Parts: sequence; C-alpha cells; structure tokens
Amino acid sequence: MGAQLRVYRRRIRSVQSTKKITRAMELIAASRIVKAQQRVAAAQPYADAITRAVSAVASQSSSDHPLTTTHENATRAAMLIITSDRGLAGAYNANALRAGEELAALLRSEGKEPVPFLIGRKSIGYYKFRGREVAASWSGFSEQPTYPDAKTAADALIEAFLAPADEGGVDEIHIVYTEYVSALTQRATARRILPLVVEETDEPAPDGPLPLYEFEPSAEGVLDALLPRYVESRIYAALLQSAASESASRRRAMKSASDNAEELVKTLTRLANQARQAEITQEISEIVGGADALAANGSDKR
Amino acid sequence: MANLVSVEIVAVDREVWSGDVEMVLARTTDGEIGILAGHVPLLGALAEGGIVRLMEEGGAETKVAVHGGFLSVTNEGVQILAELAELESEIDVARAQRQLDEAQGDQDSDEGQARVLRATARLRAAGQAV
Repeated sequence: MGAQLRVYRRRIRSVQSTKKITRAMELIAASRIVKAQQRVAAAQPYADAITRAVSAVASQSSSDHPLTTTHENATRAAMLIITSDRGLAGAYNANALRAGEELAALLRSEGKEPVPFLIGRKSIGYYKFRGREVAASWSGFSEQPTYPDAKTAADALIEAFLAPADEGGVDEIHIVYTEYVSALTQRATARRILPLVVEETDEPAPDGPLPLYEFEPSAEGVLDALLPRYVESRIYAALLQSAASESASRRRAMKSASDNAEELVKTLTRLANQARQAEITQEISEIVGGADALAANGSDKR
Repeated sequence: MANLVSVEIVAVDREVWSGDVEMVLARTTDGEIGILAGHVPLLGALAEGGIVRLMEEGGAETKVAVHGGFLSVTNEGVQILAELAELESEIDVARAQRQLDEAQGDQDSDEGQARVLRATARLRAAGQAV
C-alpha cells in the first residue's frame, strides 16, 4: 500500500473514533436535558409559593429588614457566577462568563466593587488564570445540582450580605446563570436577588391582590426565616436552569461535532479512493511499461 | 358535612401531598396551631424538626415530617413549604433512628444539630416517641 493511502486510512479511523465519542456524549446530554427539565418543573411549585410569600411579607410589613432595604451608597456587590465543570458545551461557559464580565463592568460604573463567588470549575479556571481574587467557589455538581449545594452557596452569600462592608461584607447579591428558554435557546442572564427588587406596577396581580396576612411569630420573625430560604430557592432554581442549559448546549455542540466528523470522513474517504485509484493506475502503467521494455529487449536478442 | 380546607405540602424538589382535609395541625415557632376552613390569612414559620398532622374527613390522620418550613394560609387553602417534607408512609424508621444516633455524636456543629432535628422530625412523624 502506498504511503499516501495509509495516511488517509489512518486519519479516517481516528476521525471515526472521535465521532463515536462525540455521538455518545450527544446522546448522554440529550437524556440529561429531559431529566434536568423535569427537575426544573418539580422545583417550580416551591419557588412560586416562596416568591408569593416573600412578596406578601415584603409588601405588607413596614419593617426595615436588612435583607430588603436598599443601601443608598452600596460599595460592594457580590456576584454568583454559575458555569459548568466540564467544557465541550459550545459557547455555554463563554456566554455565562461574558454576562459576568458585563455585570462586573456595570457594577463598577455604578461605583460598586464586584465580589465574585463562583460555581463550576470553568469559571474558577477563568478567574484563576486572570489572577483575580475570588471570595468563594464551589464545584463538582454543575450537571446534577442538589438543594444542599444551593444551600451551601446561599449560606456563604447571606453571611457576606449581613456582614458590614468594611469586614468583607457586600451590599448586594447578583446572580449570573443561563436561563433555559427552550432546547434551542439558552440565555445567559444576570439578576439581582438581594435586596429584593420591588416592582411597582399598576396592573393587577394575575391571581388577585395578596391577602392581608397575619404573621406568626411576627412579620420580622417570618421574614428572618423566609428570606434565607428565598435566596436558597432562587440559587437552586438558577442551578437547575443552568444544568438544563448546559446539557442542551452540550448536546448541540456534540451534534455539530458528530456532523462535522461525518463530513470529514466522507471527504477523506473520497481522497483515499482517489489515492488508491492513482496507485492502481500507476502500477498498471509500470507493468505495461515493463512488459513493453522486456518485449523490446527480447525482440532485439532474437 | 364539615367544611374542608385544601392543603398542599411542597418540598424543594417535589410536591409531597395535596388534598382536602378537615384540619391541619402544625407547630410554629410560637406553638401549636390548628387550622380549619375559613382561617384568616396567615404566614408562619414552622418549628424545626416538627411534624404536621393532617386530619382528614372521617377521622383518618396523615403525619408529615416537616423540617425548616413555612405555613401560608390564604383564602384558597393552606400551603406548607419545607426544605424537607416526608410522609409518614415514606419514612424508614430504622434508618431515621440510625441517622439520629449518628447525628447525636456530632451535636457541636450547626450541621449536626440540624441533622438531629431532621431525624427527630422523621421519627415523630413515624409515630415513635423521641
């Protein structure tokens, strides 16, 4: 076999085995999307109920709870950036990190110093490579986040929020995650979770005005207990959405990788066939040439 | 016929129970509270490591272990939100007992105390005296 042909065959084999891997990853990601979507849906009733309860307390109690009051001159703002642990997910991590950079720029322009909290090895690597200071980071659960994971992050954030700004505390908490819009669209978004964003609208609430609640033990007591849960549930929801987005991005990236590999195999097969044909043609012409030469020689001798 | 109140028990990752009952008995940080149909809107923080008892029509009773939760009563019904909520029937008594024994060795940390409370709630809901 000619050297050329051997090189082509080797490349085809290598591309084919790569394709097998990307194809497997595509299928795994596809099955994970469904599971992740189910978890997003399962967590929805709790998130809805807690949001409703928080808005009820926040709108009715006049209490100046530290978790609801906006600081006039906030100096430090925490931002929790959620990325994945593994790459190979297309632009997923790049988008989330870019949204984080945009948020950081916005915070700086408002005179606040961004304090990064990171989830996922990719963001940790990004910040470490740039030598930036990180307040805290967690990793190892980006594809299958659990509530305790969200709680760990929430505890650290709330602790920082309640601490005074000059002792490493923060005045605001923002969260950057990737919203799962559909299997084709995932959007990196930045949201402020604390202090609560009070939306004033003239439109009536969809399910009627909130009833006038009584509180037990007291409005402050309920709010004290409710707000940490609210932050946890927000972070948990963001983690679940990000996990679904990660799988969707990975599925898409792996699908195009498999498609490209297939395309490459096709092109290489054509080239290999061409090389083989050229080799055969060359061999024939060599044989014919040789035979002719021998024949010419023989006739001379006779 | 007695008036019924609709109840939803929602844990962080799933809806645990929903249906109509005659009365909901829960323990808030202030003390025991019983809720019948037509109760005024109320938001309460539930005591940690407690149980919620659902008195169904006809005298049946369902116990639910609820840890770190809230009770929200509106005109539509009662919602119980909890970090951990398990029905009596879902609880493995032997396992909960083991968890309690393990956690009791580690009472100094906050996490250890939370584990003790969680295990206690489970055992109480399963009808064990703790």
